[in-house]
Order: sequence, then C-alpha cells, then structure tokens
Amino acid sequence: MKFPLSWLKDHLETDADAETIADKLTAIGLEVESVEDAGARLKDFVVAKVLTADQHPNADRLHVCKVDAGGKEPLQIVCGAPNARAGIKVVLARPGVVIPVSGEALKVGTIRGVESFGMMCSGRELELSDDHDGIIELPEDAVVGQPVATALGLTDAVIDISITPNRGDCTSVWGVARDLAAAGLGKLKTPKEEAVAGKFPSPKSVALNFPSDQKQPCPLFAGRIIRGVKNGPSPAWVQERLKAIGLRPINALVDVTNLVSHDRGRPLHVFDADKLQGNVQARFAKAGEKLLALDGKTYELDGEMCVIADEAAAHSIAGVMGGEDTGSTETTVNVFVESAWFQPISVAATGRKLQLNSDARYRFERGVDPEFVVPGLELATKLILEWCGGEPSDIVVTGAVPEWKREIPFAPEIVERIGGLKIGKDRIAEILTHLGFALKDCGAGWLVMPPSWRSDIDGAADLVEEVVRIYGLEHVPSVPMSRPHAIARSVLTPTQKRRRIIRRALAGRGFNETVTYSFIPRADAALFGGGDDLRQVANPIATDMDAMRPTPLPSLLAAAKRNQARGFNDFNLFEIGAGFQTGVPGGQQTIAAGIRVGEPKPYWADQKLLTFAARNYDPGFVRSLSEITNPIKRVPDVFAVKADVLAALEAAMGSAMTAPIKATAPARYHPGRSGSLALGPKVLAVFGELHPAIVAAFDLTGPVAAFELILEAIPDSKAKKTNFAPSPYQAVERDFAFVVNTSVTADELVKAAKTAERNLVESVAVFDLYEGKGVPEGKKSLALTVRLQPKDKTLTDAEIEAVAAKIVASVAKATGGTLRA
Amino acid sequence: MTDTQTLEKDILAGIAAAADEAALEAVRVAALGKKGTISELLKTLGAMSPDERKVNGPAFNGLRDRVQQAIAAKKSELEAAALNARLASERVDITLPVRPEAMGSVHPVSQVLDEVVAIFADLGFAVAEGPDIEFDDYNFTKLNTPPDHPARQMQDTFYMVPQADGSRHVLRTQTSAVQVRTMLVEKPPIRIISPGRTYRCDSDATHSPMFHQIEGLVVDETTHLGHLKWTLEEFLKAFFEIDNVELRARPSYFPFTEPSLEWDMRCDRSGGQIKFGTGNDWLEIFGSGMVNPRVLENCGIDSSKFQGYAFGGGIDRLAMLKYGIPDIRSFFESDLRWLRAYGFAALDIPTLDGGLSR
Repeated sequence: MKFPLSWLKDHLETDADAETIADKLTAIGLEVESVEDAGARLKDFVVAKVLTADQHPNADRLHVCKVDAGGKEPLQIVCGAPNARAGIKVVLARPGVVIPVSGEALKVGTIRGVESFGMMCSGRELELSDDHDGIIELPEDAVVGQPVATALGLTDAVIDISITPNRGDCTSVWGVARDLAAAGLGKLKTPKEEAVAGKFPSPKSVALNFPSDQKQPCPLFAGRIIRGVKNGPSPAWVQERLKAIGLRPINALVDVTNLVSHDRGRPLHVFDADKLQGNVQARFAKAGEKLLALDGKTYELDGEMCVIADEAAAHSIAGVMGGEDTGSTETTVNVFVESAWFQPISVAATGRKLQLNSDARYRFERGVDPEFVVPGLELATKLILEWCGGEPSDIVVTGAVPEWKREIPFAPEIVERIGGLKIGKDRIAEILTHLGFALKDCGAGWLVMPPSWRSDIDGAADLVEEVVRIYGLEHVPSVPMSRPHAIARSVLTPTQKRRRIIRRALAGRGFNETVTYSFIPRADAALFGGGDDLRQVANPIATDMDAMRPTPLPSLLAAAKRNQARGFNDFNLFEIGAGFQTGVPGGQQTIAAGIRVGEPKPYWADQKLLTFAARNYDPGFVRSLSEITNPIKRVPDVFAVKADVLAALEAAMGSAMTAPIKATAPARYHPGRSGSLALGPKVLAVFGELHPAIVAAFDLTGPVAAFELILEAIPDSKAKKTNFAPSPYQAVERDFAFVVNTSVTADELVKAAKTAERNLVESVAVFDLYEGKGVPEGKKSLALTVRLQPKDKTLTDAEIEAVAAKIVASVAKATGGTLRA
Repeated sequence: MTDTQTLEKDILAGIAAAADEAALEAVRVAALGKKGTISELLKTLGAMSPDERKVNGPAFNGLRDRVQQAIAAKKSELEAAALNARLASERVDITLPVRPEAMGSVHPVSQVLDEVVAIFADLGFAVAEGPDIEFDDYNFTKLNTPPDHPARQMQDTFYMVPQADGSRHVLRTQTSAVQVRTMLVEKPPIRIISPGRTYRCDSDATHSPMFHQIEGLVVDETTHLGHLKWTLEEFLKAFFEIDNVELRARPSYFPFTEPSLEWDMRCDRSGGQIKFGTGNDWLEIFGSGMVNPRVLENCGIDSSKFQGYAFGGGIDRLAMLKYGIPDIRSFFESDLRWLRAYGFAALDIPTLDGGLSR
C-alpha cells in the first residue's frame, strides 16, 4: 500500500521525517518496500531564471543563455530547447550534479566552441515525465536559487508498504497512522465522523434476503439517497492524492469511494439511484445470474455469491465490484450510497471463484472495522455534499453490527515464556492499551478485549506478538539451545544415508548431478508409463510442464538434448528425485536415474598401447587391456550401466549386490539389451540401452544407456562385519572354456560351477565369450576362472583334477555344456 | 709369463670384448665348455704327480673361478645394458594427455543440503521428509490456513487435477507440511529440519516454479524466540563460515506461527560481491516464528504445555549466496557447463571436523 507522507500526517501528528517513519513501519511489521522521495532525489537542482537567450554563433538550433541561479554572476549555458527564452524560470543543474535519466554527473562542456556551465533540464531528464520537447518552465513565483522540489510541489515522500494478510486494519492511511501512534511515533488526530442529518426519508429501503439457516454473508447493510448532486471532477487535492497512490481520478462520486477506501479502509459503493428499480437488497446470486462489472467484464455468478440487487437484477458483486449499468456517471443526479459489512470468507470465496481482485475485496477479505459502517457512510455523505452538493436522505440500516467483542485470557508472564523477553507488566499493559485493547484484571491475569478493527487477534500468542513487535524485536536476546547429547549422535535414516552415498558414488563414476523440474510435458510422461489424467497439474505454469513425471529419466533426456544442442556429445548425467506413480500423496518413489550419452572420441593411446603391450607382456594382460582400451567397448552399452547400478548398490549397501539379474525391463529400454534387479516382487533397478524409439522421440544423437534405481527398495545393509578367518592353505585358480548353446546364460554356467563343490569353490568369474570360427553354429564358448580355496589342507594335483572333473560334470548336467577342445 | 697366465689374460680379454650375451656365451664355451681350454687344463691334473698337482691344482681351479666370476659380472653388465637400451626405446612423450575420464559432480543444492544437515545434526535435529504431492489439509488447513483464507494468496499454489474421489491435492508450497506429518506421529521434544522440493506458480528472474526449502521445527516445553535467534545466528555463522553475523528481526505474518518474524542479515553489497556481518544493507534470509498454538492443537499436541519455534528458508538461495550463483532458474537447466562450474567433487563431503567447504 502506498501513501504520501503528507496524507499520513493528516492522521498523525508527528515531526518525524520519512526515514524515521519508514524505519518504524518496518520495525512494527508494516514492511516498507520503498520510499520514493522525489524532493530528496532532486535536492541538487535549483530554480534559475533565463536572463538572455541569444542565437548560438555556430549552430542554428542552439541558444547561448545567460542564467541567474542566485549567484553573483549569471552563468553562461548553451541550450538546444526550442522554448529556451529570456524571462522564463527553469530547472538548473550545475556541473557535478548527477542527471537522473543518465546517472552521470554533469561536466562543464564546450558546445560548438561556446562554453556551457550547466544544463537546463527537461521533464524526462529528471525522470518526472516523458516530456523531452523542451525544458521545464517553472511558475512565475518560483524563487531563484531555491531547490526545485519546492517549486514543483515534490516535497512529499511516497511510502510503499506491504501489508501481511492478517493486518486488515492497516489497509488505510488512518490504520497505519493508528499503529504508528501506538508505537509511540506521534499522536493520532483523525477527527471523529459526525452524523449528517437527513433532510427527508429515504425513498428506497434496504433488506437482507438470506435463508435464515445459513451464515449471513452480509449481517449489516446501510445506505442513503443523496439527491440533486452535480457530478464532475473531484477537487485538485483529491486528484493529486489518488494519483500519488497510483489511482486514476474518475469523477467526484467515484473518487469519494476511492478516497474513503484508502483513507479509512472503508469500501463503499455509489449507485445511480435513477437506474435502480425499486428497493435495494443484499441476497445470494441466482445460479447463472450474469453481471457486467465495472471492469467491463461479464461475470457468471453462482448461488453462494452475495450480490446487491434491486427488484429486477443484481447490480454489484458484494464486497468485490460494482456493476457497470448502475454506476455513477457525469450525468448522475441522484445517488444511493451503500456501506455494508460482508463476511470475509464470503468475499474471499467469491473473489477467488471469479478470479477477480479489487481494492474492496482486498479489504473485506482481511476484515474491515464493523464499527465503521455507518461512520464511513457519514464521511462519504459529507464529502459528496461538499464536492457535488445535493440533499441527503435519512440513513436506512438493516441488520446489526456483527459481534466482534471477545475476551482473551492473558497472563503477562507468557510474554517471557514465548518471547524470551523480560518486559514489565505495566509496560505490557501500556502497549496493549495504546493499541486499543481493553484490559480487565481477572485474578490469574487479564481478560483482553481487542478493538473492533483487530479481527485478527484471537489468542494469547497474538497478544504476545503485539507486545513484542511494539516493544521491539531488537531486544530479543540470543539464548543457546541445550544439546540433547554432549557429543552429537547420528541423525540420518538408512534411506537418507543411502541416498547420500549413491549420489557421491555416481559423481565418482563420472556422472554430473542435475536437478530438474518434477513436471514435464504430458507426451514425454506418456512415453515412460505416465501422462494419465490423475497425474496432471490442474494449473501448470506452462503447457509443457503439466504432467508429474513417472521417473526423472525423461527430464534427463530432455536435458541431454539441450546439452547436445550446446555441442556436448559425450557425457553422463544423473538426478536423484521423485518419480510419481500416482497423483496422491505418498504415490512417489525416490529414483536415482542416470544416462550415459554418446560415443567418446577415440583416444590417441588406445591402439599404440595395445601394440606395445602385445610386444612385451603376457597375453592375459593384453586381453584385459584391450577390454579397457578398445574404443568400441567404451560406447555406453548395457554393461556400462549395469556396472553403474551394481557399483551404486554396493556403495549403498556396503557389500556386493547378490540379487539375480533378470532380462526384463520396461518398454523404454532395448528389449534385448536391458535388465532388472529385483528382490522378490520388489524391483530395485532397471537398466539398459534405451529403445531407439525413445532416443528418436527426444531427438538425441548417438547411443544412450540409462538406469533407474529405486532407493526405497534397497534393503538395509547388514550392519555388522562377520569374523574374518583367512585360510592358511594355498588357493588354486583353474580356467575352463565351455561350449554351450547360445541360449545358455553366463549366470547359469557360473551357478553350475559354483555348486559343483561348495566347500572348495570360492568364486567363479567369466573372462571370455566367443562365437564364430571354431565354435559350431548355435553355440558359444564361455570361459570361466574358478578359484578353489581349501580350508583344512593344501590340495594335491589329484584332488584338483577331481574337483575340475566335478565342475565339468556339473556344467554338463545343468547346461549341456562341454569342455572346449 | 706362464702359459696359464697367458690363457687367463686371453680369456678375460675375450670376456671384456664380448658385445652381447651370445659373444659372452661363446667365450664361456671356449673356456669352460666340455672341450674348453680351462676344462682341458683341469683334465690334465689327473695325470700329474702329487707334487705337480699340489702346485697346479689350486692354480687351475683359481683360474676357473676367476673366469666364472668375470663371466657372471659381464653377464650382469650386459643385462643391465640391454634393459637400459629397452627402457630407452620405450620412452614416451609424457606430456601426452591421459585417457579421458569423465569428471562427475554433485549439484550445489545437494551439497548445500549436506552442509545444512551437518550443522543441524550437531544440535540434534533429525531430517524429516515428506511427499511432493501433499494433502491440502497438511499443506494449508492444519497449518491454520483454512480455504479462502487470504494467506492462501500469499503462495501461488499448484493444484493437481481432482482424483476420482474428488480430493484435490497440492504440490506442496512449503515443507511445513512435513512438520505436520512429524507432529502427528511424534511426541515432543521434537527437533527436525525438513528439506525438500517446493512449488509455487511463479517464475521470473528471482523465482522458479520449483525450488528447495529447508525448514526447522522445535517443540518442547521451554523453547522461545531467544533460542530461535541464537539458532539462526549460529547456523549462519557455521554455514557461511564466518565469525560475525548480525541479524535483524521484523514482525511478519505466517498463519502457522505466532508471533511471526522475518530475519534479515547485515550485509555489504558494494563492490559487486556480498559480504556478511558488515555494511548497511539487509538481506532477507529466513521466515520464522513461534509455532501457532492452533497448529500444535491441529496436530494433537497440547499447546498449554508445549511450545516451540519454526523457521524456513531457501536452499537454492543459501547456495546462491554462499557460492555466488546469480540466477535461481539456472539451477534447474542442467547446462553441463553450469553443472561443472558450480558442482562439487564427489569427495567434497561437508563435515564439521573437516570444514563445510574447501
């Protein structure tokens, strides 16, 4: 809310300057957004008089002026303004003064060979207007040498404050003044409104027509007729005031309502009485009833909205906006002035449903003073009579002032208990009394009755706030909290720890973590098993941010596309975030999703190192080196992301993941190059190369492999390490190559080898896969290294051979595999 | 010079002259092989008289031993030379780049959250979490913001489409809903922080429709505004890793707290960078207040016995301030250049003992 300082001083007797007032406002909870002080901004500009204005010797459109700025000698100034002429009074900037529009300090200049010792300013140069056709001409009576602010009438600072929703009482200049006075910054001097005697009975009656079994949206309705008014512009001071707070003066009758609304927080409505048929009533709208409001839009109302109507139709949306058809115009002669009290909740609901904001709604839904309904009407009457003449009727009133009196039990000790501030009882009483609260002793403490304008106060905690905000929050001391344990204990849950570890494990594997919006385009969601109605945001901020994503994967793919557009072709991204399985609370999973995108460029050393290694080292080393270095193997394939999933799980669980890998994954993955990990029915992770259709849908270049890890599905890690007892006997490794049908999986082979002799086989590793020349069609060769670890004696050659035979037999039985010749 | 001496001299010269292992082997065979000169010499001992043998035995054996030693020494020398030659041939340009490895990073939001958690964990605050899609009741009503309360307009809320049963859920506008969830199941004393994603229909240079909040909640029998002030001061000192923090409280309004306060931190914005603890500017940093007794009652906590404070602020905002990141919207754009510039190394784990940042 904005107001000029002078307006505030109509209500508040104070010598405080704008800065002091602004600081106090912020300190008591009426936060100052800005103080616009044009006078202060222009303090270096002075009034000057142009003595002579001669043609510039070297330029047709320039003048060389002699200007009196109150100094001993006139100044020489070169000026290009067409209106620069002898005799006028102007705004002068001397060298060194900063010109608002440019932000630069003025220098002594030489213009076409003539020196210039200052500048005469236009409205635009001072940011006072858009006028740049000529320099400002000040009134004749402006005093040479004085600051221009006085001459321009800019002595007034305009303060803009933000009002929190609980402070309906401060939605007027009067209310702000009242709070400042209570805070000790001056004395409230607002006159009490006097009744204006009616000259005749009101020809229109008012009625409240609501079903008696419902909460009355309008408990009090008052009005009066004023006849014979002459509408026209409101007085200049009123127009200035309205302009200062950003309102457009319309005509006297409308300006009265705006002035009273902003000055006193009392919204009113003025009807053209000649356009009303019969008597006036407040009632619920009829379902579907339409009303053309003052904003030029037609609103369709429902049966829960309160309207002001005549005997024919609704003419005002109660507490929100009046109707166009019955509004006052330049030709209005007889008016009906309405002043009513509407239930905040009713006004708020109506405004929300119609998506209609107005100054009246703003005030009514925050609660206007119920005791100021009739005084507000009297004030409006007085102003209309002053500005437009006319003759008032008696006031007609129906209903009653809604009950606002209530007593709140309050023990002053609570101020220290809640606020941590030691404030004397007397001081507490003084603060509350100044704010308009009535205190009554009741033995244990007080019964406190808030004033009629403080509908927000409903408990002891509110009173504590009132006391501490006026006493001053700067007095709140810093008091150390106790420590629940002398030395801090761990606070994270296993899930939280796992999330943290997985994040850093993935970052350690070369993934850049990102965070993306939880809402994505519906079409994208549909590709990932989402996009149904129930997961839609009803009011998305943009049409392509309307669906709660089923997994972070589509967000990552969209991000990948953007990065490819920036020229990145080979990168890894991950996000740990929600995937929404339903549209209800709790229907979400925490998913660590990652993507490996694009083929890395070949590395200079890949081939060279291989040749070099082949020359010097053993074949086993060469083979493993080729696994690492061969550029083809570094393409993001299913095994790269399988490794990511296993590494992340191992990091999170503290031990290797033993859940079996299944060759099934959602349709977004390549059907032959994807898999999943599950514990029972609980899917832990899915991974694989992306389905080409998905890659195409996101317009991505190159191969993309991805994984999704569901954090809630990860089992708790086994907390304790078991006793470690290494065997003292020599372990033995033996390699086997089996020829099996291509349909046999590596897992089956490993399992068969493992179970051949459980007591001896410590581990089985696959180290080679071969299909092609030398292996029959439909078959493949899989090579295993089996590590035997005896626990009670060293194995003899014969025993090793016996185990080897058992392994071969077990594999043959389980898979039909035979040793490769 | 005896014959033996001449022989020894010749053989040693041969060893010394051997250019490689093959040449050395040839010298060895010529001297010590079955038909070698020294082997032949040793064979003559058998036919000698005991007196001759007494003189020639040690001489011949000595000769053999010296030659053997010389060969062994030369062999080592040749091997070392061969190795040196091989190593020399294996020399690479060490300035060539290493095999590319992708450098991963942790997002500033995650990093700052870890920092915040480390600080509050030291004071015994647990980390409470809740869903992004929230019941209207938990996000608003239980927090003392019934439908059509003007405070609902303070937060531009995203609503989900109505479910089959007509219920209309919201994308939580604040993580205070998590406080409700905690209070509904836990008995005081409660100390939690609740971090997470929050949503408001708002987007411009300083707003993003999604952002991250951290809220704190303490409920016990004695905690008051003074404790709140101390907590925020100590947090800010620890978080910004500075010794001096000055806070200013302003009365404000939040439906779920009473009294409600906003906290500004003294700062200096001159010179393009923000400095804390000095200067004449104030930076809004936390909203807060004493938990409204109505909220406690709504969550089944006896407000005549228990009280406490709640506060909240933006994680993204804390990250922006601490690490000088200019635009909140850039947090969610996944620009690799940004992620790499502002991200943190995997092992930059914030701890109180090791420091929150490098």
